[in-house]
Amino acid sequence: MIKINNKKLAKFLGFKAIRLLILLIVIAAISFIMIQLSPIDPVKAYLGQRIVSQEQLAIVGEYWGTNLSLGERVFGWLSTLASGSMGFSLIFRVPVTEVIMQKFTASLTLMVVSWLISAVVGFGLGVLAGAKEGTWIDKAIKTYCYILQSTPTFWIGLVLLMVFSVYLGWFPIGLSVPIGQLSDTVTFWQWLYRLILPAITLSIVGIASLTMFTRDKLINVKKSDYFLFAQARGESFWGIIKNHGIRNILLPAITIQFMSFNELFGGTILVEQVFAYPGIGQATVAAGLRSDVPLLLGIVIISTIFVFVGNLIADMVYQYVDPRLRGEDDE
Amino acid sequence: MSKLLEVNNLSISFTQYVQGLNRHDSKVITDLTIDVDEGEIVAILGSSGSGKSLLAHSILGILPYNSHVAGEIRYEGQVLDQELKEKLRGDEICLIPQSVNFLDPLMKVSEQAIGECKDENEHKEKKLRQREIFDKYGLDESVDDLYPFELSGGMARKVLLSTALVGNPKLLIADEPTPGLDAKSVKETIEDIRNLKEDGKGVLLITHEIDVALKTADRIAIFYSGYVIEINNVENFKNSENVLHPYSKALIDSLPRNGFNLTEGVQPLDEVSGCPYYENCPIRLDKCEKNKPELIDHKGIMIRCFNFEEVNNGT
Repeated sequence: MIKINNKKLAKFLGFKAIRLLILLIVIAAISFIMIQLSPIDPVKAYLGQRIVSQEQLAIVGEYWGTNLSLGERVFGWLSTLASGSMGFSLIFRVPVTEVIMQKFTASLTLMVVSWLISAVVGFGLGVLAGAKEGTWIDKAIKTYCYILQSTPTFWIGLVLLMVFSVYLGWFPIGLSVPIGQLSDTVTFWQWLYRLILPAITLSIVGIASLTMFTRDKLINVKKSDYFLFAQARGESFWGIIKNHGIRNILLPAITIQFMSFNELFGGTILVEQVFAYPGIGQATVAAGLRSDVPLLLGIVIISTIFVFVGNLIADMVYQYVDPRLRGEDDE
Repeated sequence: MSKLLEVNNLSISFTQYVQGLNRHDSKVITDLTIDVDEGEIVAILGSSGSGKSLLAHSILGILPYNSHVAGEIRYEGQVLDQELKEKLRGDEICLIPQSVNFLDPLMKVSEQAIGECKDENEHKEKKLRQREIFDKYGLDESVDDLYPFELSGGMARKVLLSTALVGNPKLLIADEPTPGLDAKSVKETIEDIRNLKEDGKGVLLITHEIDVALKTADRIAIFYSGYVIEINNVENFKNSENVLHPYSKALIDSLPRNGFNLTEGVQPLDEVSGCPYYENCPIRLDKCEKNKPELIDHKGIMIRCFNFEEVNNGT
């Protein structure tokens, strides 16, 4: 049973909240300054292809605060952010928060599904390879992992698309809803059917690193004294793997999996692009290409929070599940 | 009536690759012969790191894959092959390990003492037995839920001993049971091991602490450079007059109570063609350099030395 020390938890979360706050302020300021120093002109991006006179340009510029100093602009951005607003998206013409909410939920299902697939498959393959170290099964899994690890995600996506969608015709080419249908009318099965290929693509890279990590950890456990002792006590091989092996590698594996949120987010951008899946990844690319500064900054902040939460959970798992760390303050 | 455990001419070597592809077989144990009877404690006394533990691993069938074993081990008269080892280990033959590192760091100690179970009923049965044994060693119920890192040195020792006893074994192999323990815990451990003997169990005690061997064992085998050079009764070790091998004499004389007489010299690391003690031996003969003495029976004492072979042949 996990006993939760409420006081300790509150202290822990309090510290983490302060760290997140500092992190967000720094990230928001730095990314804003970087955009200001980049050749992107928000005024031109806003106006697009419309032809305007110099005077009109100056008026818009003044309205947007291009005549202010960099310091004033950063301060303005941060204070608006503090009030909960991230501004208006130039592409979608709605508040950035709304765009992010909508796109992020779409991506979240994709990310959660592929994250779970990579966790289960990666851990399973890792245990198998580690237990069977040196055999052909281990070699096959290792080779598979090396290939995956050295292959770019988008390329895997393209190959899967070619094989399963074009040649075999099992899955649709892209998009999260069938063409000519409103997203409200999509059935669960239609939606799931379209999720399979992008989710598999996204999970593949995560599988490789988790498998290699799990394999390595299990091999270390196999070299440990307690593994030897369990053998000396007549426990069966798979019994030891189950009782002592998995018990000792599950925690680090879960931690690694939560820490991989950044790779997951990066992978989503590529996968959504390949499969034309309308999520946060596509929005990021669109915001970048079409100089939608508010949306881009909003996504930076959201992805920061996303990765931070992953790391926070990893930390908490260790602090509260591992008896060796849990015990320290209880005594 | 056959002995509980008989080890005859056991040799263990490892294949190593040195400097690229040069294969090299390093012998760790050579021609080891020893036996343990029911209700008897036999100690194997040798310097640390000399490979004594491998004897234990060999009896339990947990040697690493690159090892080669020659010779024969018999358990109650039956040849102890890998199949029989796997059947008996943890059941009739149990290991008392060196340290708390031999326990799973993330498993409660009571569960570890219970071990692997087929079903709920077996678990319940073993749980009762585990509780009984923990009680016997003064470990109360709060200890059941502790993790290995929470145990003190003395408690860990008792838990390790308990893990071996849940299965009610006939033969126990204690591998360095006393390293790094305080005097009181060492005394308790010696006491506990002696009590096992009272229960009719055979104990093979592997140690590098002379004192522990002297206080615990009935017979002591001296392990030198991979060879057993002498097996003698514990009473004879009180005085260097009564032990036969020059190394055993030197060992006894080096004890504080016998005057701290140190003998120069080290154990050979590489295999030698003659007697392993030739370099340091004060009573060596010409043939000791090139010929290996066998372990022979001299008036009930097992000794590996040409000097006694001469005497035997002479009479």
